[in-house]
Amino acid sequence: MAGKVIVLTSGKGGVGKTTSAAAIAAGLALRGHRTVVIDFDVGLRNLDLIMGCERRVVFDFINVINGDAKLNQALIKDKRNDSLYIFPTSQTRDKDALKRDGVERVLEELKDSFDYIVCDSPAGIEHGALTAMYFADSAIIVTNPEVSSVRDSDRIIGLLASKSRRAEFNLEPVAVHLLLSRYSPERVRKGEMLTVEDVKEILSIPLLGVIPESESVLRASNTGTPVVFDEESPAGRAYHDAVARFLGEQRELRFLQPERRSFFRALFGRA
Amino acid sequence: MRLLNLLFPERRTSAVIARERLKIVLAHERASRDAPDFLPVLQKELLDVIGRYVEIRSDMIRVNLGRSGDTSLLEINVEIDSAQVSPAKNGAAGDGKAAARIDPGAAAPWVKPS
Repeated sequence: MAGKVIVLTSGKGGVGKTTSAAAIAAGLALRGHRTVVIDFDVGLRNLDLIMGCERRVVFDFINVINGDAKLNQALIKDKRNDSLYIFPTSQTRDKDALKRDGVERVLEELKDSFDYIVCDSPAGIEHGALTAMYFADSAIIVTNPEVSSVRDSDRIIGLLASKSRRAEFNLEPVAVHLLLSRYSPERVRKGEMLTVEDVKEILSIPLLGVIPESESVLRASNTGTPVVFDEESPAGRAYHDAVARFLGEQRELRFLQPERRSFFRALFGRA
Repeated sequence: MRLLNLLFPERRTSAVIARERLKIVLAHERASRDAPDFLPVLQKELLDVIGRYVEIRSDMIRVNLGRSGDTSLLEINVEIDSAQVSPAKNGAAGDGKAAARIDPGAAAPWVKPS
């Protein structure tokens, strides 16, 4: 088995990289693909919380890179899905602990037993973010419909084209996809937010999905459950669509129109 | 459609402003991002050399590396103020943007004493 490495990256912080990494990884696993999701944000571990396994972390990514632990000692098996594993990062403040040759060795080992290796990149364009994108076969650029996020995404797309392993060795370029998150159809209608078409046209990369701003995302992180496990959630369903498109299926975009709330839902319902 | 657009022009909403600002800033950043690191140094050294013969400001020289297919094209544009170039000596066309013809042998009168 030769697993594919997918990086979720954005440049800007707070756009939903970890939420998306958790949702995409869980979505792939729900479709039967053996998937591991790795936290590359050394020093600011958070994927464990979003995945709800924070109390099961014993060894981490840096321990494995340094040879202090074996891979199977550090991987945490998800309790909801047998195909899903979480690989937490270290809380060390030593950012350089993420050595490129060590990361390569670990990724190569993971490729033998997983179909997909989802890398949750830290924000910024420093060592951690560059290491997370370096080995990628595909990249999912998480972008909010907002000027600073779009600008940073453009910068990251440029870095993927020049600083990734595929670029350095003149291999087929990293497959880059746009995931537009925190989209508010209501604000778009009022002319207060960039439209999907605007962002697509400006960044000119293929669109993987649009995730509507949704209360269910905060609920999911509160409880440590990737949002794709919430069948009712528009965001969860939008992530399922994105995963299906990533795997080559054709799916219409949904949740681009303002939701019509019925009288009873407005009175009693939840969004 | 034209008429409709004339009657009802696109409202300058904040989203429209955001889109336009992004397009401008990204066009500029993409152009400088792909440039190799030596271009600013090359530009400075060219400026020093040309400055020995004619008066020139840093904004009068532009160095770009373009690409078409497999060929790279190094484009150097030097703008010379016609007032600073003696027309009798070099026969500049006088449109202010003509390339200066410089005779390396002759001591040009417009050389700045260093």
